[in-house]
Amino acid sequence: MNGRVKQGMILFVLSEANFFLLLVCAYIFYHQSGGQGPTAASALDVFKTSLFSVALFSSSFTVWRAGACSRESKRGPMRFWLLATILLGALFLIGQGTEYAHLIEENVTISRNLFGTTFFTLTGFHGLHVFIGLVLLTILLGLAVAGNEHEPRPTAMEGVSIYWHFVDAVWVVIFLVVYLWKYV
Amino acid sequence: MNKYRAPGMSMRKVTLFVWMIFINAFLVVFALPALNAALVMILIDRMLDAHFFTPASGGSALLWQNYFWLFGHPEVYILVLPAFGVISEVIPVFSKKVIYGYGFLAVSTVAIAFLSYGVWIHHMFATGLSFVILDVFAATSMLIAVPTGIKIFNWIATMWGGSIRFTTAMLFATAFLIQFTVGGLSGVTFAAVPIDWQLTDSYFVVAHIHYVLLGGTLFGMFAGTYYWFPKVTGRLLSEKIGRLHFWLMVIGFNGTFFGMHLLGALGMPRRAYTFISRPSFDHLQLISSLFAFLLAASILVFVWNVVVSLRKGAVAGDNPWGGWTLEWAASSPPMVENFDRVPPIRGRRPLWDLAHSAPGRRTTGTGEVET
Repeated sequence: MNGRVKQGMILFVLSEANFFLLLVCAYIFYHQSGGQGPTAASALDVFKTSLFSVALFSSSFTVWRAGACSRESKRGPMRFWLLATILLGALFLIGQGTEYAHLIEENVTISRNLFGTTFFTLTGFHGLHVFIGLVLLTILLGLAVAGNEHEPRPTAMEGVSIYWHFVDAVWVVIFLVVYLWKYV
Repeated sequence: MNKYRAPGMSMRKVTLFVWMIFINAFLVVFALPALNAALVMILIDRMLDAHFFTPASGGSALLWQNYFWLFGHPEVYILVLPAFGVISEVIPVFSKKVIYGYGFLAVSTVAIAFLSYGVWIHHMFATGLSFVILDVFAATSMLIAVPTGIKIFNWIATMWGGSIRFTTAMLFATAFLIQFTVGGLSGVTFAAVPIDWQLTDSYFVVAHIHYVLLGGTLFGMFAGTYYWFPKVTGRLLSEKIGRLHFWLMVIGFNGTFFGMHLLGALGMPRRAYTFISRPSFDHLQLISSLFAFLLAASILVFVWNVVVSLRKGAVAGDNPWGGWTLEWAASSPPMVENFDRVPPIRGRRPLWDLAHSAPGRRTTGTGEVET
């Protein structure tokens, strides 16, 4: 068992990192391609996004606490930190949902122009990964609540945790490239 | 390979086939996401009217080419590395010699893996990129021929002076060496940009890809099939039918594709919707088409061989070829719990060590006996 889950998850995450790297490259490649319509600078609300970004960033801390409690067999705190992680992740997704709704109201869509295309593809795939992470975390929490014999092993916690940190790190890059670039 | 090695099996003792598959796994992990990204982008373009690859609204068709080939070039190595692995097993066993340059074979594969991510533009030399980019990728493309050449020389050096048994597996391995070298030579010519401009999208490229993919990978796979079929099924493939299969295939393959080098150099374009009739093309095309039937027939002979040998083939026993890697210690076909006892692993040829080590003697890492 020793380290196999971890190795598999790290390889998976590296593969996924490559995928996101190319999406980010596509975004940067088209960043100043001209064209008409909205751009990152004109359409995005950096302040609101930074609020729900903080939720996602802090969930890296909570998932780390959950893993630590799992290794020390502290069941109660582990459930608490797992729940906190899920809530923070959900908060991020809700934030992203309202952002999308607002943009679409303003007629900024995936087919509007290259900004729309690259923005929704990149952030959409990230959102999908957050959602998958939430499903995994919910499974872990469900197992933890279900009782002793279902208690998730520390290795499972570690695997999901690596994935969650990765999702978080991808958002750091996206937040820098998509939202903060206009200040440079 | 990281987690399931037998006791005593250090990384430097793992067979080269496993090494190749191991490196191949990294290529898969890192190359396929590029295809993945390109595919979701084109899917979003088509389904949601997005603009990644549509020049009319500012998108770039070249971006597609970049992403596709960023996957596509590592992919050709993904296809050929398993064949490299097979060849590295078959040649030593049938030459009765230790593989020459084990470390170089493994490390040159790592070099190929890294370089394969840095050569994709050579598929795009004709798209009007700047000369700086062309020069850089011409250089990397030539560079990647070096580790591949190292491998070819190592395999030849393994055969050199060995007592070679030309079983069907060995015949396929030998043909692999020759044909893959032809494919490699035509490939490295494309690295020179002007030659690529002249020959790109012509039948010369078709000849090249078939020499590396069929003459290389497919022949390597057949070498492996004849070598491991007895281990998998417990019965040997017929050598007699195997030889017929081999010779039909060599003649059919070279007859089909060698002429395409000439066709391409004469200017015959690839991906034409119909045969382009020119006096200089016609004969070569006819020859190519006729030999293609021979090639197809050889595959039928192989299928026939499998069917016949599965039913009436000679019973293989555990180790029909005198192989020295661990799989030959298991029964043929291997049972569940395939090793009741793993031989002690002190070298790269554990079964050889087992057969040749008398008490009181110790074997070194490469299988030579030390007293």
